[in-house]
Amino acid sequence: MTNSIRDIAEESQCIFVIGSNTTEQHPVIGTKIRRAKRRRGVKLIVADPRRIDIADYADLHLRHRPGTDIPLLNGLMHVIVREGWHDEAFIAERTEGFEELKAVVEKYPPEVVSEITGVPAEDIEKAARMLAENRPGALLYAMGITQHIIGVANVMSCANLQMLLGNMGVPGGGVNPLRGQNNVQGACDLGGLPNVYPGYQRVTDPAIQEKFERAWGMPLSNQVGLTVTEMLKAAEEGAVRCLYVIGENPMVSDPDLNHVRYSLQQTEFIVVQDLFFTETCQFADVILPAASFAEKEGTFTNTERRIQRVRAAVKPPGEAKSDSWIIAQLAKRMIALGAASPDPDAPHAGWDYESAAEVMAEVNALTPIYAGVTYRRLEAGETPQWPVPGEDHPGTPILHVGKFSRGLGRFVAMDHVPPDELPDDEYPLVLTTGRVLYHWHGGEMTHRARSLEAMYPEALVEIHPKDAEKANIGDGELMKVASRRGEIIAKAQVTDRVEPGLIFTTFHFAESAANFLTNPALDPQAKIPEYKVCAVRVEAVPEGNGADGEAEMEPTG
Amino acid sequence: MDVTLTINGQKVTVPDGSTILEAARYAGISIPTLCHHPDLTNVGACRMCVVSVERARGLQTACTTPVFEGMVVDTESEDARETRKFVLEMLLTDHPNDCMVCEVNGDCELQDLVYDYGVAWPEHRGVRHSYEADPDPNPFIFIDRNKCILCSRCIRACDEIQNRDVWNFAYRGFKTKLVAGADQFLLDARCESCGQCVAYCPVGALYDKMSLGAGRVSQLTKVRTTCSYCGVGCNFDLNVRDGVIVRVTSAHDAPVNGMSLCVKGRYGYDYVHHPDRLTRPLVRAKWLGAEQVEEQVANGNWQIATVAEKYVQPPASGPQPSISDGTFIQTDWDTALDVVARKFTEVKKAHGGDAFAVFASAKCTNEENYLFNKFTRQVLGTNNIDHCARL
Ligand code: SF4
Ligand code: SF4
Ligand code: SF4
Ligand code: FES
Repeated sequence: MTNSIRDIAEESQCIFVIGSNTTEQHPVIGTKIRRAKRRRGVKLIVADPRRIDIADYADLHLRHRPGTDIPLLNGLMHVIVREGWHDEAFIAERTEGFEELKAVVEKYPPEVVSEITGVPAEDIEKAARMLAENRPGALLYAMGITQHIIGVANVMSCANLQMLLGNMGVPGGGVNPLRGQNNVQGACDLGGLPNVYPGYQRVTDPAIQEKFERAWGMPLSNQVGLTVTEMLKAAEEGAVRCLYVIGENPMVSDPDLNHVRYSLQQTEFIVVQDLFFTETCQFADVILPAASFAEKEGTFTNTERRIQRVRAAVKPPGEAKSDSWIIAQLAKRMIALGAASPDPDAPHAGWDYESAAEVMAEVNALTPIYAGVTYRRLEAGETPQWPVPGEDHPGTPILHVGKFSRGLGRFVAMDHVPPDELPDDEYPLVLTTGRVLYHWHGGEMTHRARSLEAMYPEALVEIHPKDAEKANIGDGELMKVASRRGEIIAKAQVTDRVEPGLIFTTFHFAESAANFLTNPALDPQAKIPEYKVCAVRVEAVPEGNGADGEAEMEPTG
Repeated sequence: MDVTLTINGQKVTVPDGSTILEAARYAGISIPTLCHHPDLTNVGACRMCVVSVERARGLQTACTTPVFEGMVVDTESEDARETRKFVLEMLLTDHPNDCMVCEVNGDCELQDLVYDYGVAWPEHRGVRHSYEADPDPNPFIFIDRNKCILCSRCIRACDEIQNRDVWNFAYRGFKTKLVAGADQFLLDARCESCGQCVAYCPVGALYDKMSLGAGRVSQLTKVRTTCSYCGVGCNFDLNVRDGVIVRVTSAHDAPVNGMSLCVKGRYGYDYVHHPDRLTRPLVRAKWLGAEQVEEQVANGNWQIATVAEKYVQPPASGPQPSISDGTFIQTDWDTALDVVARKFTEVKKAHGGDAFAVFASAKCTNEENYLFNKFTRQVLGTNNIDHCARL
């Protein structure tokens, strides 16, 4: 997030939520948005194909078709520019590329946009006016924006809108991605990415490479590594021989699971390190039992870049060990076997850590944006937001104040690109996927939380009454959903939360995971699969054909 | 604009518009309250906070009365103290004498005040309520209306903090009753199971169902930590008894969320102790060698693991299942780590670092992710590291 939860909740005049089921996925932020709406009277605009909970609180709900975010945003910008509501001073001082943007959004008058998105033209006019009249405004988005083949372009379009309105670098404004997993921000920040060292320092930058070579005492690769989806492909082709999977479950969370299964089967050696025997464990050669968040010391970084402590409250069960202990053990053993010979004189070559604080001290030394995130401060109760360039730096609640990190903010005008797979005669419906309030991700944890599981024990597929009737599917009855890649059986939830032509399900349930159906087509830059749109068909399942009425997986292909 | 007043003979200067209660707390003078909570609007319902104000007629409720220049307040006047005592007595006449077995014993605002004011348990006269305890089938929130003091804090928490408007009072007079929706079950009244109402209840009328009988405040240790589910980063306290997490409580000073949590953060903690947890390293027999496996299994150091769909079954007694290459063996750490280290070293020497790929984890800590990154780049010698950020 460029801004903080607090300044958005307390200072924005308009909150624009696009592609985020906030009250179910980031519930406490959802609560704060509702509060801002009801207590402060901020304007709330929600753009989402489904009538998600937060839409009930919105001044305006734009129900655009999945995969039409760019035309929707262009339409809003069209009206803003047409009416002269854009922030000329901000654009002149702080941005470049406005003329190109103008030329592109010119082509998206509300009537045209309405055709593409299904949103009434007058609502587009209304939303644009609301955005213009209520500044500063904050834009919040989540996977609904990123999980498309044009995810990166979608994000840029969001930034275009906010720059156009001058909503950047001010309290109550900003472009604010809501990060999914608890520490996805931290995993990105600390080098869990193939192209960057901790702190987004590029592996291809010779100066950076040298810095880490000197710190760790080993020559390092300057080749950008593989992304998750590419790893599986490389494993299938034999280029990657060993997979080391730590706390992830690609056999539920990755697209096109039938294919993932095949890739895992092809891999020579797989090590899985996790709390539970996950679906991925079936393909493992070695499984290492890890400690949960309640059993270890460390920090998480939240969606607003805030670093906070995690503390051990209980002991790990049996012989389970913390991930840091395990990885240090492996490193030491491999170094002893001659797999690598780091220069013992290098300042951070070794693997003898006594505590998480010691690891953080190494991070402080090598990662400018975390330089001042010391345990001394964390233990004193501080929760700084990065960048924190030094111990005496207070942290950075709002990014891009007065200046963008790249200098001038650049408008990158985007045209509409339809989703990779659109409905046709054979697969006439669109499937979109997401999460529900009571479950989390692959469900590894929430299925084992007894009250959460009691609330939502099986996969449901939301389907509009019209489509249900057409296929002769009753509420609560089993239905089959098939795409070009696989099929699942799950219970139908007949509801107008979805519009005709659209169905929705989750990926929380391994047995009927949406990811047997999803399209692995990727955004070329971010390599994010298009989870939010694929073409499917549905049919009723005659009584007695699902195993005991339970949702059941039928892998195909 | 500031206003100066006198409380118990002490001069206090506070911003205009402050209440007597705020001014007193600012000056370090405590006034007892029940229906007041600093996060919520004031309703002046319970009359616990009454104080004497010079020249004012009758006692004033400190939580709702604004200060004025030159105001003279006595928080400990006999009148005020007697009134508070009377309020407490009235509450007790319709309250079960249950503290011995009450979940919130030692963590109850009513109990503390009754203690402070030395109120004896009144003889019960007339009708008392006898509601069914735990009448609501939802799995999260326990309700005992017999203990409800009608302070409306839960109503305001749901309305003002959660913005969900589930709770309200129905009926009148003695029949006044806290109800969800139109006297429905919580989940039918759009409840999101966030537990905010429980967190704000000053007594034991609302409680976390999963924690019933699991321990009271004096038996629990609280450990402040950060939620393991979504990226909002809520902080809360894990309440631990005998090495087991038995409850999550929210904390007023949590930087992001204050007292707010969602259903996963507040009630989704028990996976930590689930019997499915992996407790020993597992290695497929083919990486161990048949002879060694046979020997170690025979002398009981290792066990043959039977893998059910999603968990590892405890080793069966009686005749052991037969071992094939693919059988998982529960080994000791040394063995498992050596198998991995040897295989990784062999592959690295033969095929180089790019023959590895590491899935780092968005569930692990920053420090652990740093170490995964260092391990991948320094020891394995590749940049093939990624995690599910994209998914
Ligand atoms: S649990 Fe949350 S939503 Fe439900 S009644 Fe209590 S405060 Fe309201
Ligand atoms: S349930 Fe608790 S918070 Fe709600 S009115 Fe009764 S005593 Fe007050
Ligand atoms: S309590 Fe809920 S909103 Fe807060 S971090 Fe946990 S999952 Fe997210
Ligand atoms: S606390 Fe003031 S009336 Fe209840």
